[in-house]
Amino acid sequence: MQNPVEKTAATAQTVASATHPVAAAAEPHIDLSVSPADEIKTTTCYMCACRCGIKVYLKNGKVRYIEGNRDHPVNKGVLCGKGSAGIMQHYAPSRLRNPLLRVGERGSGEFKEISWDEALGLATTWLGDVRKDDPKKLAFFTGRDQSQSLTGWWAMQYGTPNFAAHGGFCSVNMAAGGLYTFGGSFWEFGEPDWEHTKYFLLFGVAEDHGSNPIKTALGKLKGRGAKVVSINPVRTGYNAIADEWLGIKPGTDGLLVGALIHEMLRTENVDLEYLVRYTNAPWLVIRDPGSPDDGLFARDADGKPIVFDKRTNELAAGSRIDISPAVVGEFTLADGRKAVPVFRLIAERYLGNEYAPDAVAKETGVPGDTIRRIAAEIADVAFKQTVTLPLKWTDWAGREHDSITGRPVSMHAMRGISAHSNGFHTCRLIHILQILLGTIDVPGGFRYKAPFPRPAPPPNKPVGKPSQIAAGKPLPGMHLGFVAGPEDLLMEADGTPTRIDKAYSWDAPIAAHGLMHMVITNAALADPYPVDVLFLYMANMSWNSSMNIGATLNYLTAKHDDGTYKIPKIIYSDAYASEMVAYADLILPDTTYLERYDCISMLDRPISDADAPADAIRHPVVKPDRNVRGFQDVLIDLGSRLKLPGFTKEDGTARYPGGYPDYIVNHERSPGIGPLIGWRGEDGNSFGVGKPNPKQLERYIANGSFHVHHLEPGHRYMKHANKGYLEFAKASGFVGSTDPIIFQLYSEPLQKFRLAARGHGPIQPPAQHKQRIERFFDPLPFWYPPFEGTMIDDRAFPMHAITQRPMHMYHSWGSQNAWLRQITNANRLYMSRTRAALLGIEDDDWVWISSHIGRVKAQVKLMEGVNDDTVWTWNAIGKRSGTWGLDKDAPEATQGFLLNHLIAELLPPRDGGYRYSNSDPVTGQAAWYDLRVKIEKAPAGEAHETWPRFEPLKSPPGVSAPSTLSYGREFKGGKA
Amino acid sequence: MHPAYSVILFTTASGAGYGLLFWLAILSVFDNLPADLTLGMAGLGLAFALISGGLLSSTAHLGRPERAWRAFSQWRTSWLSREGIAAVATFVPFGLFAFGWIMLGQNQGIFGFVALIAAAMSIITVWCTGMIYQSLPTIRAWHQPLVSPVYVALSLASGGVLALTLLRLFGHESEDFGWVVVTFLAASLLLKRVYWSFIDAAPRDRTSGTATGLGRFGRVRPLEAPHTQANFVMREMGYAIARKHAAKLRMIVQLIGFVVPFLALVLTLTAAGPLTLPLTILGLLAVMFGVALERWLFFAEAQHVVTLYYGAEAA
Amino acid sequence: MTSLPAPSAKKLGLVIDLDTCVGCQACATSCKEWNTSGYSAPLSDHDPYGADPHGAWLNRIHAYDVGEGATSRTVHFPRSCLHCETPACVTVCPTGASYKRAEDGIVLVNPDTCIGCKLCSWACPYGAREYDYADGVMKKCTLCVDRIYNETLDPQDRVPACVKACPTGARHFGDLGDESSAVSQLVKAREGYDLMPEMGYKPVNKYLPPRPRRDAATTPSTPSTAAPVKTDGSATEKLFAWADKLLSR
Ligand SMILES: Nc1nc2c(c(=O)[nH]1)N[C@H]1C(S)=C(S)[C@@H](COP(=O)(O)OP(=O)(O)OC[C@H]3O[C@@H](n4cnc5c(=O)[nH]c(N)nc54)[C@H](O)[C@@H]3O)O[C@H]1N2
Ligand SMILES: Nc1nc2c(c(=O)[nH]1)N[C@H]1C(S)=C(S)[C@@H](COP(=O)(O)OP(=O)(O)OC[C@H]3O[C@@H](n4cnc5c(=O)[nH]c(N)nc54)[C@H](O)[C@@H]3O)O[C@H]1N2
Ligand code: SF4
Ligand code: SF4
Ligand code: SF4
Ligand code: SF4
Ligand code: SF4
Ligand SMILES: [Mo]
Repeated sequence: MQNPVEKTAATAQTVASATHPVAAAAEPHIDLSVSPADEIKTTTCYMCACRCGIKVYLKNGKVRYIEGNRDHPVNKGVLCGKGSAGIMQHYAPSRLRNPLLRVGERGSGEFKEISWDEALGLATTWLGDVRKDDPKKLAFFTGRDQSQSLTGWWAMQYGTPNFAAHGGFCSVNMAAGGLYTFGGSFWEFGEPDWEHTKYFLLFGVAEDHGSNPIKTALGKLKGRGAKVVSINPVRTGYNAIADEWLGIKPGTDGLLVGALIHEMLRTENVDLEYLVRYTNAPWLVIRDPGSPDDGLFARDADGKPIVFDKRTNELAAGSRIDISPAVVGEFTLADGRKAVPVFRLIAERYLGNEYAPDAVAKETGVPGDTIRRIAAEIADVAFKQTVTLPLKWTDWAGREHDSITGRPVSMHAMRGISAHSNGFHTCRLIHILQILLGTIDVPGGFRYKAPFPRPAPPPNKPVGKPSQIAAGKPLPGMHLGFVAGPEDLLMEADGTPTRIDKAYSWDAPIAAHGLMHMVITNAALADPYPVDVLFLYMANMSWNSSMNIGATLNYLTAKHDDGTYKIPKIIYSDAYASEMVAYADLILPDTTYLERYDCISMLDRPISDADAPADAIRHPVVKPDRNVRGFQDVLIDLGSRLKLPGFTKEDGTARYPGGYPDYIVNHERSPGIGPLIGWRGEDGNSFGVGKPNPKQLERYIANGSFHVHHLEPGHRYMKHANKGYLEFAKASGFVGSTDPIIFQLYSEPLQKFRLAARGHGPIQPPAQHKQRIERFFDPLPFWYPPFEGTMIDDRAFPMHAITQRPMHMYHSWGSQNAWLRQITNANRLYMSRTRAALLGIEDDDWVWISSHIGRVKAQVKLMEGVNDDTVWTWNAIGKRSGTWGLDKDAPEATQGFLLNHLIAELLPPRDGGYRYSNSDPVTGQAAWYDLRVKIEKAPAGEAHETWPRFEPLKSPPGVSAPSTLSYGREFKGGKA
Repeated sequence: MHPAYSVILFTTASGAGYGLLFWLAILSVFDNLPADLTLGMAGLGLAFALISGGLLSSTAHLGRPERAWRAFSQWRTSWLSREGIAAVATFVPFGLFAFGWIMLGQNQGIFGFVALIAAAMSIITVWCTGMIYQSLPTIRAWHQPLVSPVYVALSLASGGVLALTLLRLFGHESEDFGWVVVTFLAASLLLKRVYWSFIDAAPRDRTSGTATGLGRFGRVRPLEAPHTQANFVMREMGYAIARKHAAKLRMIVQLIGFVVPFLALVLTLTAAGPLTLPLTILGLLAVMFGVALERWLFFAEAQHVVTLYYGAEAA
Repeated sequence: MTSLPAPSAKKLGLVIDLDTCVGCQACATSCKEWNTSGYSAPLSDHDPYGADPHGAWLNRIHAYDVGEGATSRTVHFPRSCLHCETPACVTVCPTGASYKRAEDGIVLVNPDTCIGCKLCSWACPYGAREYDYADGVMKKCTLCVDRIYNETLDPQDRVPACVKACPTGARHFGDLGDESSAVSQLVKAREGYDLMPEMGYKPVNKYLPPRPRRDAATTPSTPSTAAPVKTDGSATEKLFAWADKLLSR
């Protein structure tokens, strides 16, 4: 018997000797230069919220190819797995074709197709009636869209306080945590200085909104040897390529970061100069327990915070530059009371034993030695490997500098931090660490993206107080703002929230993005009041974006005794046959992203990077082949039909008869400021502020559908204190003043809530909320265990359960994509091999996953790279049978599952019976990742299919799918 | 490897057909088999039917059967091409041999000469078939020196039983030939057993570690397959049969494919009687079933190295 | 033409960096997207909206669990045709549809002459051949032959679709026959390797191994920069003494 390896090699030899020189001549001729397009159009991708620039290759009016636009600031030519499957998104059979009116019971999926006139007429009647009567009775919530500056403005003109977008389930902890601390944030308002950073910590990120930029950057960081540390219970994707992975136990990052802060303080690796210049570290905090200003900043006669100047040994306004403020010590105020600098409070808190590395090791699962080593590595990079860029700049006080030195440690965090009920404080802890190291907006650190920084917190207040709501009238301002204290809450005199989602009430005082996840529940329970019309746009609220789906479906279909629905009318705009469609009464079918105008605006979440403010548009690159309309066009049309002030001229005619493009070009939010910043002014030569330019869209299209304004080199860093930048930002309408933005290590607004809870001030929480406000409105961030684990028997539900976004799927949208769904059409429950062995679970076993509200059946996949106490799965793969144009027995429905069935929207009752939403107590951010579960092997007879399964939904009219797809045959060989 | 029924049918049928042709030719030349018209029609007709039916069925698994003719062009490197050419070429001497026998009532002399060529070509064709598999370094169970010999042996054994059955049906009993067939049955069983012992002993030293080059970091196990449903590669090459089933099936192959026909034929040779014909036919059915099962097993037991990327730890 | 041409000086291929691949599938979908309308159009999909969706893809991304416990890692692993120098997938082909280009070594299937016998897929150790059930012919990575020489594209775009798309820059394209090329240099610097060299197919594509980790398993836990723990006085007092300096604002 021959040795098979030798034999193989011999075969290869034989193969090689089969060479024939004549072969070349026999090669078939192939045309290597087939032109792939008749026309190439540039627009903006919308397979996710990253908003990359794309070039769409068109051949005979059909999409031949989509590639990244090399000139685009976001993706610089690359394209992700979703973006590259755009053809299948655009031609998905699940696309809706006509406006639909429900004819059967809600949830039955019985619809008839109606005309746009009928649809808009009906919507106008429904909405008009509510507006005349009580505009609050309209709840308008939008999901994954990128036109919140329009939708919000529409809702404001309509006059309902009930508007928000998806930020409440996404990452408001992240946004609020940053905005209250340093006037920027992770999320979409900043990014690491990818080019210069040498040490990068990534907390709880699987995919992020900055999907391609993060990938590109990780490749570069690894290429040049910067260290990447991943803090994540799961090691996949980005986390798989990190140089070091800390498989932390979910919900405990606050402890880990606290311990890193502890180490920085203990080893004296803190940038004190930076702290006294740019933060409130030296500001004096009044220590006068029991008094109404205990814990507030000591202020001078002008209301300016004061510090203790060591040079003169006197109190002085903190804003003066000729002082040497103390950061430690205790000082006596003019009135004889004691006050201490913020830094001292910080030191006291984080040097405490509860944040010592060894003390947090058990809870976090990260060994004390590891924490100390990481802290030392960070300190080494921050303080011994500084980066100096020869950039001339002038600080806010007029001092000129020849260079900027940075401490090249950067961090980024997303929903792994924010989707916990302790996310706001954990996020603040990360920012405190960054600030103590002096790494905000410095070379190698974290950098703002325009229009940020803004003051911390930004000055705009939420609108929707009882006095601001009136029948038939617009609101006086935009809904979502930043409270500075209890006086800014949106409540009736008796504390009843004015908003349906209870945002900006005692339940969620800093709910800067609203609580979309509570709207359906609250509306159906009439808590705080019922609504008449629920108007949803681009949010799959009867499925993957809801908690406790079974309950949500009941709420959507709940009826009064008289047979009428508790939520009487539901209007919904979707482009596809999603789960939500079946639960609405009137469907306004939208276009796909290649068929419409869109505006990615500086008034919302633009595409800026740290060096360049930028915005973008989408424009129709193909014509719809169905009877659909862009939702923004529809909304503008509804606005003028309803005669909303902003949408009608004085003579009663439509203000934007040309629809959305007309609005994009001509709308002015305030004089000279409109949706787009580029090519403003009649001649198109102004940036930021300027008169509408009728040719603006043409300029955008000619430029690749985006506009970038490169900041002057001297404006690129230290933006919070950079005179040149601040002046530019003011002139561009990004900020209202050129005052420097002082980082709020200690957050006074939080203390104001705390004081209210202690019985001070005119607006105080009712007794039931007092304790909660007192505890969670700590002006210095702290760690507490996520709620769910403390409110249930955590021994009964010992495991943490979380989800991750698959890089190739965008929530529910990807499953209708013939290519993407081949990659993943069923999800597994992933768990650690060692833990599974203890539970007697083997690879591929089916298991029951139970939480305190229900159970789900799934198949397991065992792995190494996961925290032992954690199970996880891919988000939004599970589908309801009969949706998305898929066969009823599609694996998405039979094998795919959602953890959402197990996540309660309301926490268990507290003493007194009140049930808070399952959210962060400060911001109302949905606490998706607090989930605790028990895992048990399913008995043999049950080991084949997921559970729960709901009745298959009926496909909307016109949705049918082919059994084979040979896309591209028509383009073969360049023929078409 | 996924056992494609068309291929199993093809190799079983055409193998038996070529074997039958081989023996009819050999018996004509060396055993003075009379050029009996009915025997000729039945024997050569059956051989023709089995061979061409098998060949036709083999085109059933082609994606573009209408282009099958193109397969004759690459004889320089491709065993499949060579097989095709050999198969077609065999029809020439076969046709002449049949012409002599059936039309002219002659199966010797010049027709004996073409018969010998047909016999040789039959073996060459079957050998080529075996080489298609044997030449593939990607499948250890096939990349063995015994694969082609076993193909030939099985072709001769099954064709032999078939020939014997026909001879007996048409009253041309040849005891010597009976013993030859019995010997071939025994020999091919032996060969197949040696083949099995070879593949069982073959080291499975290609691993997911070498396939991915990641073995240096530890054990390599799949975490996420590229696609949820099986793709072409897995449908075609991912077929795996459990070892314990394989062992059972091997027993069945040996019993039904070899031991039963062997015993049945030995019985007919040693104790002739009224049961001769039924026993012969039993032997025939058994050997055909056994060979088909052997073919199925030949695929099912063969592991392709590509499975290393899809979860197999060794191949 | 199933016979292999004389080895070409030019050996075009890909270099895939397993250290930076995050498994995002961009290369897989961009490949599908370009090629379903390109040289091998279409790349058909079966039951695309049904219970058993599967189709022809020329590039597929695996993820592996490598090792156990603290030293384990997760590795994403893209796999497409390696354009082997001595590939049996070509020589077994009975029709000559499968061939290796003499000029640059790209291994192609001629979709007009392939009979769909699938033998080449049996001969490929790397699972790189993809049968198109609807078209009845074999498909495979073309190294984007209709892009890399395509004069109607911008010169910068004359790279494979997967390379252009890859967001992390984990895919590199070039001439591995030229020792001075960027890809050859990269392979040298990073110790790029062949998959299953023992098969003797001599793949042209190379894989760059994951870099060593820099974690607890590889780094001592008390680096020099940590200030020694002080024993006298509380940490807070020490810190206050240190922070009590004149800091200019
Ligand atoms: N378990 C768990 N649940 C979660 C999360 C989690 O991490 N874990 N994440 C949460 C988060 S952060 C979010 S943001 C939500 C997201 O959840 P959703 O906001 O529900 O997001 P999608 O599923 O993408 O649904 C958006 C809807 O928009 C529709 N749509 C797509 N394109 C268009 C279009 O062009 N026009 C219109 N009008 N409609 C369109 C889709 O068909 C779909 O019905 O999920 C939340 N749910
Ligand atoms: N491809 C793709 N991209 C998307 C989306 C999508 O659906 N698909 N959705 C978009 C939307 S709406 C959003 S909100 C963003 C969200 O972007 P990400 O924040 O990246 O989204 P998640 O997948 O929720 O990732 C959360 C990560 O946190 C980890 N994690 C969970 N709990 C903890 C914890 O306690 N501590 C730590 N350190 N980590 C933890 C999880 O393992 C996971 O890796 O992505 C956007 N981008
Ligand atoms: S990250 Fe991908 S899906 Fe998202 S916008 Fe960019 S290319 Fe499109
Ligand atoms: S990888 Fe496979 S298909 Fe590609 S050349 Fe090598 S053997 Fe042929
Ligand atoms: S499937 Fe096509 S390319 Fe492959 S061996 Fe057969 S004829 Fe050749
Ligand atoms: S080179 Fe072209 S055909 Fe090959 S994997 Fe990349 S994109 Fe696909
Ligand atoms: S595109 Fe790049 S990072 Fe993404 S899977 Fe492919 S090789 Fe890996
Ligand atoms: Mo989100």
